[in-house]
Amino acid sequence: MEDLCTLPAGHAAPLSERDRSIMTAGRSKTAIHCADDSLAGSVSQRACVFCGARVVLNPVTDAAHLVHGPIGCASYTWDIRGSLSSGPEMYRNSFSTDMKERDVVFGGEKKLAACIDEIVEKSHPPAVFVYATCVTGMIGDDIVAVCKEATRHHGIDVIPVESSGFISGNKVVGYRAAAIALMRLITPKEGERIEKTRKLNFLGEYNLSGEMWLARRYLQEMGIEINVAFTGDSTVAALKQAPGACLNLVQCTGSMHWMAMQMEKEFGIPFMDVNFFGAENTAESLRRIAKFYDDPEITERAEALIARETARIQPALDRYRQKLSGKRAAIYVGGAYKAVALIRQLRGLGMEIVLTGTQTGKKEEYAAIGNLLDEGAVVVDDTNPAEIERFLTEMKVDVMAGGVKERVLAYKLGVGFVDHNHDRKECLAGFDGAVNFAREVYVTTCSPVWKYLKVPPEDQHEVQP
Amino acid sequence: MSTFPKNSTVRQVNENQCQICMPLGAVIALRGVSGAMALVHGSQGCSTYMRLCCVEHFNEPVDIASSSLNEKQTIHGGEANLKKALDNVRRVYAPSVIGVLSTCLAETMGEDLDRILLDYSKERDVTGVDLIAVPTPSYGGSHTEGYWAATKAIISRYARPTESHRKINVIVPHISPADIREIKRILGLMGIEYTLIPDYSMTLDRPYGGKYQKIPEGGTQPEDIAKMPGAPLTIQFGETCPDNLSPGLWLQNEYGVPLVTLPLPTGIGAMDQFVEILTKITGRPLPEELARERGWLLDAMADAHKICAEGRPVIFGEPELVNAQVRLALEVGAIPSVIATGSADSRLAVSLEPLLSALDEPPVFLEATDFSAIEREALAAGATIAIGHAGGRFLTERHGIPVIRAGFPIHDRLGGQRILSVGYAGTLAFLDRLTNTLQEIKHATYRQLRKAEMMHTEIPEGV
Repeated sequence: MEDLCTLPAGHAAPLSERDRSIMTAGRSKTAIHCADDSLAGSVSQRACVFCGARVVLNPVTDAAHLVHGPIGCASYTWDIRGSLSSGPEMYRNSFSTDMKERDVVFGGEKKLAACIDEIVEKSHPPAVFVYATCVTGMIGDDIVAVCKEATRHHGIDVIPVESSGFISGNKVVGYRAAAIALMRLITPKEGERIEKTRKLNFLGEYNLSGEMWLARRYLQEMGIEINVAFTGDSTVAALKQAPGACLNLVQCTGSMHWMAMQMEKEFGIPFMDVNFFGAENTAESLRRIAKFYDDPEITERAEALIARETARIQPALDRYRQKLSGKRAAIYVGGAYKAVALIRQLRGLGMEIVLTGTQTGKKEEYAAIGNLLDEGAVVVDDTNPAEIERFLTEMKVDVMAGGVKERVLAYKLGVGFVDHNHDRKECLAGFDGAVNFAREVYVTTCSPVWKYLKVPPEDQHEVQP
Repeated sequence: MSTFPKNSTVRQVNENQCQICMPLGAVIALRGVSGAMALVHGSQGCSTYMRLCCVEHFNEPVDIASSSLNEKQTIHGGEANLKKALDNVRRVYAPSVIGVLSTCLAETMGEDLDRILLDYSKERDVTGVDLIAVPTPSYGGSHTEGYWAATKAIISRYARPTESHRKINVIVPHISPADIREIKRILGLMGIEYTLIPDYSMTLDRPYGGKYQKIPEGGTQPEDIAKMPGAPLTIQFGETCPDNLSPGLWLQNEYGVPLVTLPLPTGIGAMDQFVEILTKITGRPLPEELARERGWLLDAMADAHKICAEGRPVIFGEPELVNAQVRLALEVGAIPSVIATGSADSRLAVSLEPLLSALDEPPVFLEATDFSAIEREALAAGATIAIGHAGGRFLTERHGIPVIRAGFPIHDRLGGQRILSVGYAGTLAFLDRLTNTLQEIKHATYRQLRKAEMMHTEIPEGV
């Protein structure tokens, strides 16, 4: 099997233009080509600017999320993410201005204003995010002006999000649009002053399956309070207190790094990258947070917590490690921070990582990934089903971690699958999440179903009639 | 014009959508043509969202290509990207048909698909792959209209004057792959020769095994579509299909193929109508197997009628499915409380009016609606059960009204592709789901309800 996992970078892609977006760890001489437009017709797994913006903003629980455009963009994003709320449920509704042909011809500004009025009248949200889409961007609807007027009229924050899909196929551009909208929301109005506190903000944490709540429990035990998370289980009022934090943690760096830099510039809040995926990462992150506070009591409590939790989960992890040792894993996720965390976790379970890819990684991130991996492992940017199919079969992958679109393909190829995406329903963060993760990897990798499904070798290269 | 009460729900804002966008329907119809691949001319996000939606419903990989338009092309035109996308799709997928679907973006940019495809064919000297353009801007209609538009475009692309033959045309609306298989089984049992389109019964529900195919096997053959003008008649399950999008009407107008419009064969009445036509064609009686299935259905209707009478279903989704389910509900005595569709241009109201206007308590009828209206009306009308797609999940979550999953999309249950509701046997399977869900509610609540009624105690939460 050795020759199969040393897939030469030059021949990996069915489309030759894609060759330079695929490299082999320890062997490729040139840097990976990435952070560019998707190749037309390649069936990229990427989405669009709107998608990126919506993912970041949607967890703001008490805001109304209004998509200005024809119906599709709102339908596809109605309540599809697993961000949990401790109270308001407003964010689980999907509002659309439902533009029709006449709106496209004559402009949609009036309809947009009327929709905002209806939402405010019916639901009284403290803020409305107004998302631009391809069409409204094309016809030049001035959503900034409409939002400004609505803000004045209703006395609440009506915030434009410049998320026309065509601006880029790269979600990262949408993250930026969301960050700009958030900055607009949290920047104190003239005369307002936000008191500085000892609390911290947690950026790039979307409270999927309650993961923010788990992190909060750890931090509380250490004696640290979360001011507000961006944006998991956040409210408009809580977000407006963000400038009062003494530190920003940044978890999903792809979505929130720029935001953290802005907040440092505008409000003087320093930031640090953290990662709560995997026991090691969690421990490391907690230690670094404790160090920032430079308080022996906090450090002591952090160490006690880490020691207790690590000891508690170790037996379970060891059990799973025994079952999973030597299995081959593939990773294809949205951003690099998650890919790195997954490499570490799967390795910790004794598995070999044969493929790692992301939709939105940057050059330096790919270089870091390449350094983490064993020689011969493949690294890929903005891949597609044809390539994934080839990788999974040729590299004899046992389990893949990724999103929904990859899941069905993996199953068709008889490969196990771990859902590490925004609609997941299991907590995968922190110490408990590490066990949940290991359990999910085990359940799918070692499921009895594969022994019935595995394609017999004689069918591998034969087309069945 | 419809006379039974029709509630206007026309507001400006649409809150929680009951429909999806037009190109998505076209993608599904294209899956019903052998060797076809869909290419969406628009932003990358459009094709990815459609893939996600299809993947979650069908639990099948559904590869949809995109011309991945970006800011530059919105200024300078998307032609070069579309051509490149066609090149790449042909290289990787080797399709024999590429359906090129426009989006809001492409239409707003004023992209002329027909011209670009013509140019492309000339420039590249394209052979062995048929290019079909379907205009599907999201602002022009829902996925239902996109489905009909694509089906019509496919037929009009291939149809040509043909000598008369015996194969009838069967045109199906957007139903499940399992429903298509059941219709084919019935046609087979009746000894009918036919061309069914679009036939995605295998492409969107593949059995496991063999080497993975990027374009799944199955689908209507283009050479059969070409001969549809020579058919003795067309059966179109499309009572709600608007005339301007109707493939069957087009065949009638262009080639004189008589069109028989039927409701989907769900329920005893609609299925009887279907087999009556088929027996007329063959001159043979109902095959014993179908007669038995009919008997089982009748038997089950008798067994279920009192339980069904307690159901006040809210029925929502695509017009043709809603049309069928309302008919079935009426047959078993479960008088609908609310009938709703997100689609704006269907003939659903016209189709149902004769059945509904005679009722003592006519249902609330909502067209071009959203779930905020459906939820409100369902509560006001005392709905006890719902039939429809996953969009109805808040009815359960917020109000404890169970939703019998039917239609599209269903992303919160497995097996959307296998939901069966046509034919005598399929109706029976569906009826059992309806009846037993009502039974489940009854058994879970009747003790406490009777106790509360008789002893004047409070009804506990959740009952």
